[in-house]
Amino acid sequence: MSPCHQTRNPFSEAESPAVGVVCEQLSKSFGSLEVLKQIDLRIEPGEIFVLMGPSGSGKSVLLKHIVGLERPSAGKVMVGEFDAAEAETREKIRMALVFQAGALFNSLTVYDNLALYPREHRLASEAGIREKVMRALQILSLENAAGKYPSQLSGGMRKRVAIARALVQEPQLMLYDEPTSELDPVMSATISEIIATLKDEYHVTSIVVSHDRDLALNIADRVGILMEGRLAIVAPPAGLRQTTDERVADFLNPKINLKQPRFRELAG
Amino acid sequence: MKPILAVLEGIGDTVLLLVRTLRHASSLPRQLPRFIDQCYQIGYATLPIVAILSFFIGGVLALQAGYSMSNFGAKEFIGSLVGLSMARALGPVMVAVLVAGRVGSAITAELASMKVYQEVDALVTMNIPPERILVLPRLAAVLVMMPVLAIIANLVGWFGGALVAHTVDFIALEPDKYFETLRRYTKFDDIADGIIKAEVFGFVVVLVCCSIGLRTRGGPREIGASVTKAVVTSLILILVLDYFLTKALL
Ligand SMILES: Nc1ncnc2c1ncn2[C@@H]1O[C@H](COP(=O)(O)OP(=O)(O)OP(=O)(O)O)[C@@H](O)[C@H]1O
Ligand SMILES: [Mg+2]
Repeated sequence: MSPCHQTRNPFSEAESPAVGVVCEQLSKSFGSLEVLKQIDLRIEPGEIFVLMGPSGSGKSVLLKHIVGLERPSAGKVMVGEFDAAEAETREKIRMALVFQAGALFNSLTVYDNLALYPREHRLASEAGIREKVMRALQILSLENAAGKYPSQLSGGMRKRVAIARALVQEPQLMLYDEPTSELDPVMSATISEIIATLKDEYHVTSIVVSHDRDLALNIADRVGILMEGRLAIVAPPAGLRQTTDERVADFLNPKINLKQPRFRELAG
Repeated sequence: MKPILAVLEGIGDTVLLLVRTLRHASSLPRQLPRFIDQCYQIGYATLPIVAILSFFIGGVLALQAGYSMSNFGAKEFIGSLVGLSMARALGPVMVAVLVAGRVGSAITAELASMKVYQEVDALVTMNIPPERILVLPRLAAVLVMMPVLAIIANLVGWFGGALVAHTVDFIALEPDKYFETLRRYTKFDDIADGIIKAEVFGFVVVLVCCSIGLRTRGGPREIGASVTKAVVTSLILILVLDYFLTKALL
């Protein structure tokens, strides 16, 4: 990591300090369902942190706490020096979240989906916005989709539009909720490159929720595995392989037993 | 106890939404295209049906009044009766009911779907307040369009009344007599009072429909539930407000 810790955006000359994220004793319950249990986590400015874990373990909920869409039941989340639950935090720090389901604006074209943020925040002239938007679309091979509506896109295209839209926001902190889940291997590799480039060149802090082991092991500075609402392990990729925690090892390398498939027990 | 709390919560949220929206009022000039689009939506959705309904309401008023008044030889006052009833009472209520049914329901459906499909969440993470781009242009547009719709309702209703009064055999009132009493007894204040009513109704309907839409939680089924709730709430509010406004404006 370079010592200056400045984020420079791919799309603008503006510089701002890289931000870290700190969860302190973060707990979250929905009614009687405890989703997050006293999570302590410190993500360094400019780090790529990959969050893995079984489906339903609370990864998306954790991301939503960081962008302030959910409020902690107990404990707190700090982004830089600001409390993530406060609305002002989003004015102080540019964050972008790639939603698991995309969350594209269905009544806007792909182009307008991307252009909304810079237009509303008056970041550039219409010509400047056009340049930014087309560049982001190009990075994700979406030039031909600019005039289409989200309903006319495939699942993977929608995901890419969501990523492109986040890029246009020029974030200091970028959160991805399963960015590669619907993408082919080549596109997945492109996403890994994007994440790594944003870190190396612009010191963007990235938190990536992913089930993609390759992505995690290739680009992560550290990987955290969330299990039943707790972080079972937080370690650099190399450290994961040496884990002695059986649950973690099983999660990363599930045994496939064709002779005795798991569902056969259920089938009776 | 629970339903009462829910109603109170709804009122609280709606007032809060209004306050938050008004805080962004200064951004309206920048949102001119959105505002114009909303004016078009509101006008386009309601104008044809407003015209048809007010034509027939004017006609029915004239018919009923003609039937009763012919007996007293007072049929030239049909004009004043239709004129006043449309302007003060029926016009604004009818326009508001149509706006609730056509515009309000569409607003709630759109905002509820944006909420359910996380588009509203996406706006929040982008630091674009949903009130600013979703609620403000609609409130402004309805304030501009309600007087237009109310005036059109009046004009078409009056002409409908005139036509019926002229063509129905047992009334057979000359249009110039009809319009003479209409003009004599329908004052500017009557029309203005009607427009004030229409403004209040339209504003409340759009605010409530936005609020219910944005408070939708859950899945697609909730979108339908919200739309029903928004239309029913709007209709109740129109009639309740009508009573109090009529009293206040008497
Ligand atoms: N708004 C909510 N209300 C109630 N329960 C919720 C809500 N959001 C999430 N949950 C619950 O919290 C738990 C964790 O959900 P979350 O979406 O974070 O899982 P996840 O780890 O992202 O899973 P996946 O890998 O399948 O996306 C689930 O049991 C889910 O049912
Ligand atoms: Mg998830």
